[in-house]
Amino acid sequence: MISRDRSEGASRREFLKMLGGGLLVLLVTRDALAAPALGARLTGADPAAPQIPGDVSAWLHIDASGAVTVFTGKVEFGQGIRTSLAQEVAEELRVPLSAIRLVMGDTMLTPFDMGTFGSRSTPQMGTQLRKVAATARERLVALAAERWHVSPNGLTTADGRVSDPHTHRSLRYGELTAGRTITATVNDDVALTPKAHWTVAGTSAPRVGARDLVTGRHAYTSDMRVPGMHYAKILRAPSIGATLASLDASAAQAIPGVAVTRDGDFVGVTAPSAPAAAKALGALRATWTPASGAAPSSRDISDYLRHTPAQEAGPGHEGGPTEPFERGDATAALTSAPHRLTQSYTVAYIAHVPLEPRAALARFTHEAGGDRLTVWTGTQRPFAVRDQVAQAVGMPNDHVRVIVPDTGSGYGGKHTGEAAVEAARLAQKIGRPVKLVWTREEEFRWAYFRPAGVIDVDAGVDANGIITAWTFDNYNSGPAAIRPPYTIANQRVTFHPSVSPLRQGSYRALAATANHFARESHVSELAHMVDIDPVAFRLKNIDDQRLRDVVQKAADQFGWPGTNHQAGHGVGVACGFEKGGYVATCAEVSVDHGSGEVHVVRAVTAFDCGAIVNPDGLRNQISGALVQGIGGALFEAIEFDHGVIRNAHLAQYRVPRFSDAPAIDVVLVDRPDEPSMGAGEAPIMALAPAVAAAIFEATGIRLRALPMAPAGIKLAAASGAGSR
Amino acid sequence: MLAVAHHRKRRRMRIDIEVNGSRHSVDVDPSQTLLEVLRDELGLTGTKYGCGEGRCGACTVLMGSHAVASCTIPAQSAAGAKIITIEGLEHDGHLHPVQQAFLDEQAFQCAYCTPGMVMASVALLRANPQPSAEEIARGLETNVCRCGTYPRIVAAVRRAAAAGGGEARP
Repeated sequence: MISRDRSEGASRREFLKMLGGGLLVLLVTRDALAAPALGARLTGADPAAPQIPGDVSAWLHIDASGAVTVFTGKVEFGQGIRTSLAQEVAEELRVPLSAIRLVMGDTMLTPFDMGTFGSRSTPQMGTQLRKVAATARERLVALAAERWHVSPNGLTTADGRVSDPHTHRSLRYGELTAGRTITATVNDDVALTPKAHWTVAGTSAPRVGARDLVTGRHAYTSDMRVPGMHYAKILRAPSIGATLASLDASAAQAIPGVAVTRDGDFVGVTAPSAPAAAKALGALRATWTPASGAAPSSRDISDYLRHTPAQEAGPGHEGGPTEPFERGDATAALTSAPHRLTQSYTVAYIAHVPLEPRAALARFTHEAGGDRLTVWTGTQRPFAVRDQVAQAVGMPNDHVRVIVPDTGSGYGGKHTGEAAVEAARLAQKIGRPVKLVWTREEEFRWAYFRPAGVIDVDAGVDANGIITAWTFDNYNSGPAAIRPPYTIANQRVTFHPSVSPLRQGSYRALAATANHFARESHVSELAHMVDIDPVAFRLKNIDDQRLRDVVQKAADQFGWPGTNHQAGHGVGVACGFEKGGYVATCAEVSVDHGSGEVHVVRAVTAFDCGAIVNPDGLRNQISGALVQGIGGALFEAIEFDHGVIRNAHLAQYRVPRFSDAPAIDVVLVDRPDEPSMGAGEAPIMALAPAVAAAIFEATGIRLRALPMAPAGIKLAAASGAGSR
Repeated sequence: MLAVAHHRKRRRMRIDIEVNGSRHSVDVDPSQTLLEVLRDELGLTGTKYGCGEGRCGACTVLMGSHAVASCTIPAQSAAGAKIITIEGLEHDGHLHPVQQAFLDEQAFQCAYCTPGMVMASVALLRANPQPSAEEIARGLETNVCRCGTYPRIVAAVRRAAAAGGGEARP
């Protein structure tokens, strides 16, 4: 997490002047501190003019009034970190939550950050900010001790004050800095407050800024306006990879106020009003040359992925080992196993469908030293998008500022800056601010998808129900959580990247969902094969106590397996571990006897992500992940052929709605002594395989393809193999 | 593209429209939707674009006493209508009971759907002041929360119902 761009000093210095005096605490990586030059800068000969080096990963400022401003490159997309990170700072600093303001995701004001993904905000940024805040508190105590000529050890901190219990003196934090600018850097070994003593962190604090969310006052990128702004529309190809053969823009250009920008295959129109921009787009006459070569369709995608290897892993393949893993002798163990089961599982491409589509507002300003560009956009990687935009408009990175307003969701789908680049190019061309909001159809066609994939699993079980052999081959879906959490002596686990006909990338939990679907479905099938209860079978094969605990707690809460199942109902269980989160889900489904429609009636999820920072926020994340998981489990799939997405509308692409939501019961397993880990992703993983097992119990049909029931289940096929 | 050719034959017109109790006279293009007029012409950006085809409910407003998807209403056909948007729910700095209930239940994540959910819930409670959970789910079926906070939204609507939200203005 070290920025390689040191050239932002100037603007940050101006910013520090703006902040005025007070206490500034920087978190600097240990390596950077070791460099003598930086050490000198930080210990600073001139404390009145501190320079923030590029190697800082978080910082915090306390002004003369005691107001605390925290700067982090993370972004808020609905996961609640604007609140939970503030809770952690408030806890260590001993101030009320309301004293803290977070500046997030602004490439000029906040430290470099790789991006908000991978469930890293809580374990990494949360820990870093706690250290920053604890260091600030120590420094304030030291200032008070100096002022009072006492030992810092006897002083206490509470409610934004340092106090001396012996003399009953106390001073507000703002008074202690007395208008001076004081800088401090974080001691990595600073003592953090143990969870047993938390009073702000660990509580269900309501979301910061929530009132603006229910009144519609919060301005998302798509709500922003600046004077003189024009509206943009982009000309899209009729199929993926098509190139522009000809363009007649005369009719569009005849519309008053309209400008048409063409640069290679990129064509955009801008106009002073949204209707004029839409008219101009409609008036463009373009011809296109389709991409050459074979174009697989959603019907034959599994064969295509299995037989079209890529040289290396690509986007969407993050978050796991790309090298094969081997332990023992899986081939020999499979051959000698008393029970053996071989199956294939598939997952479809699915769309994120963030309710706020991609949007950007780009504005150039002329300043001494050259043009500057500011782009507001909802991206999970503001710094990467800044670099992307700078390259597109031919400007130095530090002349471009990307600001991310709290955004209308992403789920891993907004790692990129398409709208930002498009708006910036057009703004540069017409010399005016430009706003671009993608349509829902554009979002479906031109964003990226959760990778499709094929997973082959071959496993052997001994007479006691112990899994003895395991081979797992994942084609294209991705390597996240590819290795089993089960204790298996002989394993061979391999990820095979494929050439993807559709643009693919990150999605909530990455491939962990697909890998858990295949693994857990297979484990349930193995349990059935040797006639052992699926909960008992898992516990036989799991050593990790935390994973055992969530399985047991989910089962207990669910009343597993229960005996009074209604006709057409079934129950299933699945579990897993990823990114520091342990999850187990028990699900009950009903299958309509006539239509074959599947409904998830009830889901119980037990989740352990270490010490819980905000229980209510955590419940919200887990519950939301389960609902979102139902879409991918039962009915979401992108249909395509000849390079065209065939269901690029909400009328054709079904997402979970109110009637799809089950009764949800979340069991939080708090681990006060374990580090706090993220929770945005892992809770989604166990839902699909638990539902698959429940469908099997209800119908006798094994479904091994996600989505499992886009048009209900063909119950007449119950006697068949079940694979679709 | 056919639609554009068609629109060209029609003309811009000035419509009178009452939004949140204020009268506006707006020059609208035949291609413009009520949603676009609210957001782009009147600056009322609390109402969101989500899908453009009435399938997600992010653009829900009250037209008269009914909840409508403002992205599907041609602006010219809204002439003379009385519209309430999310910005029109607060009175004297007090949240509408439905807004307060969403806050109390923390019934959102990214909250992009929230204004539409709130407006649809207000209309639902006016028609049925004490709905069951099933009636709420059915009544809000065209509103999408992609973050999946449906159970909390149902709880919020029930809380608002208990607080007399069905009788509250507007």
